[in-house]
Amino acid sequence: MTEPLIRPRRKDPLRKTREPLLPQGIRSRTAFGLTAAAAEGRFALQVCTDCGCILYPPRDACSRCLSGRVPFRDVPSGGVVLAETTIRTSTDVYFRERTPWRIGTVALDCGPSFVAHLHGDVAEGARVRMTLRLDKSGNAVAIAMPDTPTEHQEDDVQLRELTCDPKFRRVLITDGRNATGQAMVRAIATAGASIVFVGLADPWKPFPGEAALREIPGVEVVSLDITDSQSVADTAGEIAHRVDILVNTTEHPRIGGIMGRHGLTVAREEMDIRYFGLLRLAQHFGPTMRARGADGVNAAAAFVNLLSVHALMNWPLYGAFSAAEAACLSATQALRAELRSGGVKVLNMFAGPLDTEWFQSVPPPKLSPAALATATVDALRKGIEDAYVGDVAQDIRARLDVQPKALERELGA
Amino acid sequence: MKRRGYDGVAVCAPISVPYRRYSVDSAHWWVGRALYAMTQRTGLKPTDLDGLSVSSFTLAPDTAVGLTQHLGLSPRWLDHVPMGGASGGIALRRAARAVQCGDADFVACVAADTNHVDSFRKTLSSFSRFAQDAVYPYGSGGPNASFALITRHYMNRTGATREDFGRICVAQRANAQRYDGALMQKPLTLDDYMCARAISDPIHLFDCVMPCAGAEAFLVCREDDARSLGLPFARVLSTIERHNAYQDDPIQFRGGWAVDRDDLWSVAGIGPDAVDFLQTYDDYPVIVMMQIEDLGFCAKGEAPAFVRAHTLTTDGDFPHNTSGGQLSAGQAGAGGGYLGMVEAVRQLTDQAGDTTVPDARIGLVSGFGMINYDRGLASSAVLLARA
Repeated sequence: MTEPLIRPRRKDPLRKTREPLLPQGIRSRTAFGLTAAAAEGRFALQVCTDCGCILYPPRDACSRCLSGRVPFRDVPSGGVVLAETTIRTSTDVYFRERTPWRIGTVALDCGPSFVAHLHGDVAEGARVRMTLRLDKSGNAVAIAMPDTPTEHQEDDVQLRELTCDPKFRRVLITDGRNATGQAMVRAIATAGASIVFVGLADPWKPFPGEAALREIPGVEVVSLDITDSQSVADTAGEIAHRVDILVNTTEHPRIGGIMGRHGLTVAREEMDIRYFGLLRLAQHFGPTMRARGADGVNAAAAFVNLLSVHALMNWPLYGAFSAAEAACLSATQALRAELRSGGVKVLNMFAGPLDTEWFQSVPPPKLSPAALATATVDALRKGIEDAYVGDVAQDIRARLDVQPKALERELGA
Repeated sequence: MKRRGYDGVAVCAPISVPYRRYSVDSAHWWVGRALYAMTQRTGLKPTDLDGLSVSSFTLAPDTAVGLTQHLGLSPRWLDHVPMGGASGGIALRRAARAVQCGDADFVACVAADTNHVDSFRKTLSSFSRFAQDAVYPYGSGGPNASFALITRHYMNRTGATREDFGRICVAQRANAQRYDGALMQKPLTLDDYMCARAISDPIHLFDCVMPCAGAEAFLVCREDDARSLGLPFARVLSTIERHNAYQDDPIQFRGGWAVDRDDLWSVAGIGPDAVDFLQTYDDYPVIVMMQIEDLGFCAKGEAPAFVRAHTLTTDGDFPHNTSGGQLSAGQAGAGGGYLGMVEAVRQLTDQAGDTTVPDARIGLVSGFGMINYDRGLASSAVLLARA
């Protein structure tokens, strides 16, 4: 049975902050197929198109029929632990300070044997469910999970290295004024965060839901205007060393395309709030988070972006907005590379239109802010990197896979 | 087609360059020391060595080709055998055919590796593509962890106990005390073995080899040439090699020897009871047990009983790894794949000194190598006889 986590005590300021180390992150190009699956929380292995053989480790020809057609496909994740060991001595500095560390050989029901991390509640001989997760280096590894969930299983030390669980972490929600921000505060507080910092520009200005927000246990309101570099710098100076997860809930969806608008005022606002806002947060909170990637139970873990799925393909009805979202998406890819050395993940939550006033004229399905918040907590618990939330986002994800040109035409129809 | 024997082939000039735990020198230096010793021993000049077979993990960025210029050799037959613990037998069987057919007259077979303070970790992290993708990110326990899983499974299947493995390690340490070249000569009792610290359960300290620097070499030529040089030699009775056997076994329980052992014995025209000593590849004792079984000394799964019923020291009824094996001599990288071969040639040419097995006429040398992902892929075995 997993020992439940204990809420970390206040940090001794004289103690050295443990420097983040990473497990080896070098992979063959083919092995990134596993990373792609792990980034979305799927369990995929190579499946030979010609003979159906399922392959692992990743390779460039089928080891049964030599076919070169061996794409990654989702496969059944069940298996049995044939043998386990507890590593007590490791040549790698990352694992050296994390031993003892358990691994095992899992015979997968679908064929291959998989040497994997073992969850603490998994014993030799047990049936397991294999799960691909991203380790601190940002690459896929498999952890064998109990076949049926066990109590406090999310608190397992080896699993928690692979996730960004909000439990006992301190989370900054950058904007508590909108519906998404408020839903996020609720979901994160419910998930066991020890502090939820809630950013408000001009905190003295009242807004709907304010009283309820301030009553949520653990909430600490901070003054934060992400369009104001000084405001971001000041707040970061006060709390950045205590922010383990940052969720940027600041949004600015505005209807309108590229030609139809007069002038650049709205487009500038969109870029200032969304793109430059992201840059300000990255510049003022990022370096401190990166330095705290291995700082105990509440180490810095994730920088979360809520993006429109139309960052992936422009939706001309919201054409300028889509373009600003695409700029944000591109920046998050750079941020991901920059935060990786600290073992801090960048999570992108791709959503379709939200059920808010700014998408009033858009027909359903629309995503409720609460559903987006719940999905964000789920993504943090799984440590996944790219989540497609709701029917519209998943639909666009699927259509992009099949035929991007068709999607471009259809969104513009 | 019926396989040809190895008539007329001589294996001679067994060379062991004394091991060191760490070396500031390069693999090239160690190869150089071994070949220098070979020229001293045989009276051959470097240019007389018209064949060269090299095994090394730490020669990068060079290969055997670069080594010829480095060392001033000009062979007309050149081989690079990157097969780890199976290298000795595989180098020998290739060289034997070369001299038998006249493609070369004197093939120097050498395995050497250096061991810098950090080279073990570097070798592990980039050992193979599968290791990089699918092993090293999982705790970076190296071969200790891989063999821990194999050992655990073997124990579950056969009922082998740690004491059984300990018998192998303790006997080898006793042998090492008679061999000056062994790095570990301190007496080892079964108690010491059992009480050692855990490395990767069920692997404990004395199940593990100590990586070191060193070189091993031997010369393959025709019998008449060996005679004219005045070199005592051993004959080759039979050889086998196999890679990636039993790939559908979910975890390694047997090796390639089991596929080819009938061939091994039938080419030699003898059976296991004709063997006077056995040199196995002993990076972990579980692999010794698999070799004892898969080469036909006992039935599958019965090696634990076999090692309980026999004495494995040089003066015992089943002399095994007579120079202490890698477990006591040290693992000089690819040199580990030559250790048993070089020792066997010494045994069969009356050069074994204190480790001599009395009246030894036939020896079996077995190799095993390359944990590419979850198991060793390469296996080899060579039957040698006194000339």
